Amino acid sequence: MSGRDGEQGGYWEHFPHEADMGVRGVGPSLAQAYAQAALALTAVICDPATVQPRETVRIELDEADPELLLVDFLNALIFEMATRNMLFKRFDLSVHEGHLRASMSGETIDAARHQPRVEVKGATYTELAVHRSGGGWLAQCVVDV
Amino acid sequence: MDRAQFTRLDENAWQVAPRGAMRVPAVIYASAALIDGMDQKVFEQITHVATLPGIVQAAYAMPDAHWGYGFPIGGVAAFDAEAGGVISAGGVGFDISCGVRSLLTGLSRDDILPVQKELAELLYYAIPAGLGSTGAIRLSGKEMDAMLRGGARWAVEQGYGEEDDLQRVEERGCMAGARAEAVSEQAKKRQRDEMGTLGSGNHYLEVQQLTEVYDATLAQDFGLEPGAIVVSIHCGSRGLGHQIGTEFLKRMLVAAKGYGISLPDRELACAPLRSPLGEDYLGAMRAGINCALANRQILTHLTRRAFAEILPQAHLRLLYDVSHNTCKLEEHEVGGARRRLFVHRKGATRAYGPGHPELPEALRASGQPVLIGGTMGTASYILAGTAEGEAKSFSSACHGAGRAMSRHQAGRQWRGRALVDELAARGILIRSPSLHGVAEEAPGAYKDVSAVVEASHQAGLARKVARLEPLIVIKG
Repeated sequence: MSGRDGEQGGYWEHFPHEADMGVRGVGPSLAQAYAQAALALTAVICDPATVQPRETVRIELDEADPELLLVDFLNALIFEMATRNMLFKRFDLSVHEGHLRASMSGETIDAARHQPRVEVKGATYTELAVHRSGGGWLAQCVVDV
Repeated sequence: MDRAQFTRLDENAWQVAPRGAMRVPAVIYASAALIDGMDQKVFEQITHVATLPGIVQAAYAMPDAHWGYGFPIGGVAAFDAEAGGVISAGGVGFDISCGVRSLLTGLSRDDILPVQKELAELLYYAIPAGLGSTGAIRLSGKEMDAMLRGGARWAVEQGYGEEDDLQRVEERGCMAGARAEAVSEQAKKRQRDEMGTLGSGNHYLEVQQLTEVYDATLAQDFGLEPGAIVVSIHCGSRGLGHQIGTEFLKRMLVAAKGYGISLPDRELACAPLRSPLGEDYLGAMRAGINCALANRQILTHLTRRAFAEILPQAHLRLLYDVSHNTCKLEEHEVGGARRRLFVHRKGATRAYGPGHPELPEALRASGQPVLIGGTMGTASYILAGTAEGEAKSFSSACHGAGRAMSRHQAGRQWRGRALVDELAARGILIRSPSLHGVAEEAPGAYKDVSAVVEASHQAGLARKVARLEPLIVIKG
C-alpha cells in the first residue's frame, strides 16, 4: 500500500516483512520523511482518509542519531495513540540537531468508521534506515503488530 | 533455505557448527519441507543469537521459526549469569508472556450447536477485542503495582477466578521476582484501560471442539473426552508489555557498547544478567509476565460469566496456561551437570516432560500440556512435554503456525466479509470489530500448523495428544 499527501510533501509506502509490516516515508526534508513514515504507520491500522484532524497533540524528543530518532518518534506516536485512544493523520514536524518537535492531529478511534485492522505494538530496529534519497530523504523501519 | 548450509543430525534436526563469532552451534528442528520453506533470515538470526555472551549448549529454532527481531520467532537460547550471560529484550519480544490458556468445559458439540450463534454474540459482547476497546477494570497506582507483583494470583484474590486455576498456570500464576518499580509510568499508563482486553492481530478467543485424539492415555490424563468442547484464549501483556519492550530495547542498544557487547544486529540488544540494566529488565519483564497472567485470568472470568448465562451446566476448568514470549530462570542438565540458566523463549512454548517438579501433581506423570494455537479456519493442537525435550531444546516446543504471507498481501488477497461467510458455511462463527483485520488474519495467510506440530512430535520436542477445531472465534 502507498499514498501521497500533497499538503505534507512526499509520499509513504509499506514494504513487506514476513510477520509484520514495514513503514517507509520519503520527503523533500528529513522532517517530511519522518512525517510520511508516521502516516504510513497510521495506514497500517486504517485508511488515513477516514481520520479527521479534530484534535492536536504535541510532542518533543531528543536523539542525536537520526535512525534512532525515527524509532523514538514512531514509538512516541504509538504511545499517544494507545493512551489517548486516537488515530492521527496530520503530522507537522521540525527536526533540528537531534531535536524533534511534532504536532500531530487526529481523532478518537471509532471502530465502525475507522475499521482498525490491527494494533501496532512498537517500532523496531529491523530494516531501519534513514538516509538521503534522490533530492530528499527516506525514513523506514518495521513495526511489530 | 538451502539445506546444504546444515549438517543434518537426524530426520528433523539441522545443525550449523560454530564459526566466526558463534560461541555454540545453532540447531533448527524441522522437517526437510519446513526447512525448504523457511526464510533465510531464520538462519542469519539464529546464528547471530549463537554469538551472544554466556550462551549455553546451542541456539535453537523451533519448527515454526520465522523472521523476527534479532531472535527469530521460534527461537530458544539459555544463558548462564555466572558466565557473563546476557538477557535480551528482543529475545523476549514486545508482547511479553503472550500465551495460550485452554479451558475444559464439560460440554459436547450437541450442547453448543443449538446456542452457537447466541454464545458467539454473548462472548463478543463480553470480551473487549480490537484496537480502541477498553476493559471494565481501572486500577489505581497501588492496585496496578499489586497486579504486577501478583499476576493471576492477584486476579483470583480480586474475585476473577478460582484458587484451583492457579495450579494450572506456569509459576502457579505468579512470577516471582517481579519489580513493579522497574516498570515505567508510561508503561503503566498504557495499561490503564487495557486490563481484561484481548488485543488484536493474531490474538483470539475460540470455542473449539476436539476432533481427533492421538494419544488416548494422555488425553484422558488431560480430561479431554472425545468430542469435548474447549475454550482457548490467546493474548498477552497488552500495552504494558509492549511499552516495557520498547523502552528496554532502546536502553540496551545504547548501553551495549559500554558493556563491551558487539551486536551483529541492533535488535539483539542485550545487557549482562549481572548488571543494573539486566536486573531492571528482568524485574520489569517479570512484572510484564504477571500482567499477561492476570489478563488471561480476567478474560477467563469474563468467559465463565458469558457461558453461565446460557449454558449453566458448563463448568469451565483450566487445562493449562502457557506463555511463549519469556525469559525464565530454570534448572537444566548440561553436560551431565545441573545448571541454573536464563532461558529465552521467543515464540516458543516451555514443554516440561513427565516428572518435572514444576508441574502440578495431577499432570506430573503425563508431562506439561503444550497448547499450540492455529488459525481461525484450521486447527489447534494439544501436545505434552517429553523427557527427551530437556536435552534437545531446554524443554521447548513450537508455539503456532507462523505467517506464510505478509499482512499486506493477505489484505489484498482476501475480503473480510467473504471470509466470514465462507467460514460460517463451514460451521465456524467469526465475530470481530474489523473485517479488514479478519482478512489479514485469513487462514491461508498462515503456514500449515499441522506440519509444524507433526515436526515437533517427530523431533521429540512434544508428543501429540489431540486436535481441536474452532466453532466460534472472537478476533480483535
